[in-house]
Amino acid sequence: MTSNASLEKAAGNGLINRRHLLGLGLGGLGVAASSRVLSQESSLEFQIPTWSRRPGPGPSAYGERSIHTGHIGRLAGNPNPLYPGGGASRTPLHQLQGTITPNSLHFERHHAGVPDIDPAGHQLVINGLVRQALAFSYDDLLAYPMVSRIHFLECSGNSGTLLGDNPVDGTAQSIHGLVSCAEWTGIRLSTLLEEAGVQPGASWVSAVGADGASMGRSVPLSKAMNDVLIALYQNGEPIRPEQGYPMRLFVPGWEGNISVKWLTQLKLTSGPSQFRDETSKYTDTRPNRTSTQFTFPMGCKSVITSPSGQMALSRRGLYQVTGIAWSGAGAIRRVEVSADGGASWADALLESQQSEKALTRFRIPWQWQGQDAVLLSRATDDRGNVQPTRQSILADRGNLSFYHYHGLQSWAVSADGSVRNVYV
Amino acid sequence: MYSKQDSFRRPTRLSIPRIISTLISLALLSSFTSSGAQAPSLGKPVTASQLSGFDLIIQPDGSGLPAGRGTAAQGESVFRTRCQSCHGESGEGNSSATVLVGGSMQSEGPPLRTVGSYWPHATTVFDFIRRAMPADAPKSLTDNEVYQATAFVLFLNGIVGRDEVLDAQSLPLINMPNSEGFIDQSHIQ
Repeated sequence: MTSNASLEKAAGNGLINRRHLLGLGLGGLGVAASSRVLSQESSLEFQIPTWSRRPGPGPSAYGERSIHTGHIGRLAGNPNPLYPGGGASRTPLHQLQGTITPNSLHFERHHAGVPDIDPAGHQLVINGLVRQALAFSYDDLLAYPMVSRIHFLECSGNSGTLLGDNPVDGTAQSIHGLVSCAEWTGIRLSTLLEEAGVQPGASWVSAVGADGASMGRSVPLSKAMNDVLIALYQNGEPIRPEQGYPMRLFVPGWEGNISVKWLTQLKLTSGPSQFRDETSKYTDTRPNRTSTQFTFPMGCKSVITSPSGQMALSRRGLYQVTGIAWSGAGAIRRVEVSADGGASWADALLESQQSEKALTRFRIPWQWQGQDAVLLSRATDDRGNVQPTRQSILADRGNLSFYHYHGLQSWAVSADGSVRNVYV
Repeated sequence: MYSKQDSFRRPTRLSIPRIISTLISLALLSSFTSSGAQAPSLGKPVTASQLSGFDLIIQPDGSGLPAGRGTAAQGESVFRTRCQSCHGESGEGNSSATVLVGGSMQSEGPPLRTVGSYWPHATTVFDFIRRAMPADAPKSLTDNEVYQATAFVLFLNGIVGRDEVLDAQSLPLINMPNSEGFIDQSHIQ
């Protein structure tokens, strides 16, 4: 047992050095890491539980989660009858751990609902400035060489509510839940473009989905030939309908809208097609009233998922502050955490296998003895990008548009243990 | 004393079979490292005429625009029956998401961004109506009706006259009020 006195402070207001997470004596950190708790005599009575007295159901064709975790779900807005199938649902970041989002909880954003696509009737067409226009069936594509990559996907509107004048009373899910992370498996787009034969003069690829909106986005050819996938699998299973079954474009690190779902057409063009969703929407109006267009990469960003908005700390003692960090430019190299509103910072422990354009989990121990605290996290990526403050984003870009917000998130902890979204 | 790795550096006697096998290995290696070389090439050739009813993409220079034509005067009835329930009698909309007219990028406070005040290309109006509208029955308008509805929305914004004919030639020539209002950031990748 490690006594509190031996915990090495790392920054103000209770942050403990991350080395204590590395098997150095704080194994039960989240539950009972205080000598006072252990010294109390347990009043538990131990009996054989009922589920140990009978056989359970046998194997099944398709697994279901425990009924005791049924409260974990996406947060979807109310249906809008004027916008059939439109809207979004958000990932419960505060109820999940690790870095991979379960497919059933991956965020959604649809522009005309989820089409019910029979893969036998679906074609992927490549046309425009190519040597030979080609059509591929789903079965054709299954025969192509594939690669797997772990990448986050983030809607560019994620967290945009934090540009508002007053902090919303929200959760990590309601504010930041338009980001998820999965292992995407599919065909390199370059493989198919080379088969069709890209002609001189082609510099963009217009991608169109087979949903009711036939949503389209233009992708620069340089990116298309670099790391873009035609994704067919997500976390090992065929992509689900709400993520683009039978196939979607996957554009690593860039705003989610450009990873066109239900992909059915790729047209090589000399310039962008100027679709509605790259002119009227997903553009960023600056204070001088000009608007930036084709603002693709998502910023270097992090958010503490526990403790986070609308949670309640029920006891004093040691906690593990944890959250996720990501960058559209590269890999996360550092996450710092503050418990005193940004006056002092300590390095968190990073826990990740592959963090290039993927979620990285961070953790740091924190001693809470009932004091007021403001928890923040600040990410740095391997390109040297540092997550900015809200004030610096406002000073730089204003708040005429809500896309691409990646400023610091502040969670205030009150003496009663309640946690709420604040601006510092 | 040689380590195991060092032993690979010892000169080996070259023979014709060894050279041939090395060349074959190199050829195989290169075929596996080139992204397309191992692909099975299963794409089926298709022609432009096969795609005429499938490829809906309209470029800002007008390429892709179909035959057909329409005026705002003709478009009013299309608008009344197919658009007005969401977009309002005069394009004022019934929510911030469905307003089509008004606003100015130079207004005080947050600018109202509409087709008239914000959209940089008239071709986008046609492209979007044809692929995505009306929201409850996308792609149910004929090409003529799309030209007519496009003309009426532009007319409500004071961009075209009531009897101005929009077709594949005239639509791309329309200068939208905010056409110079955008800065291309696509070089930042």
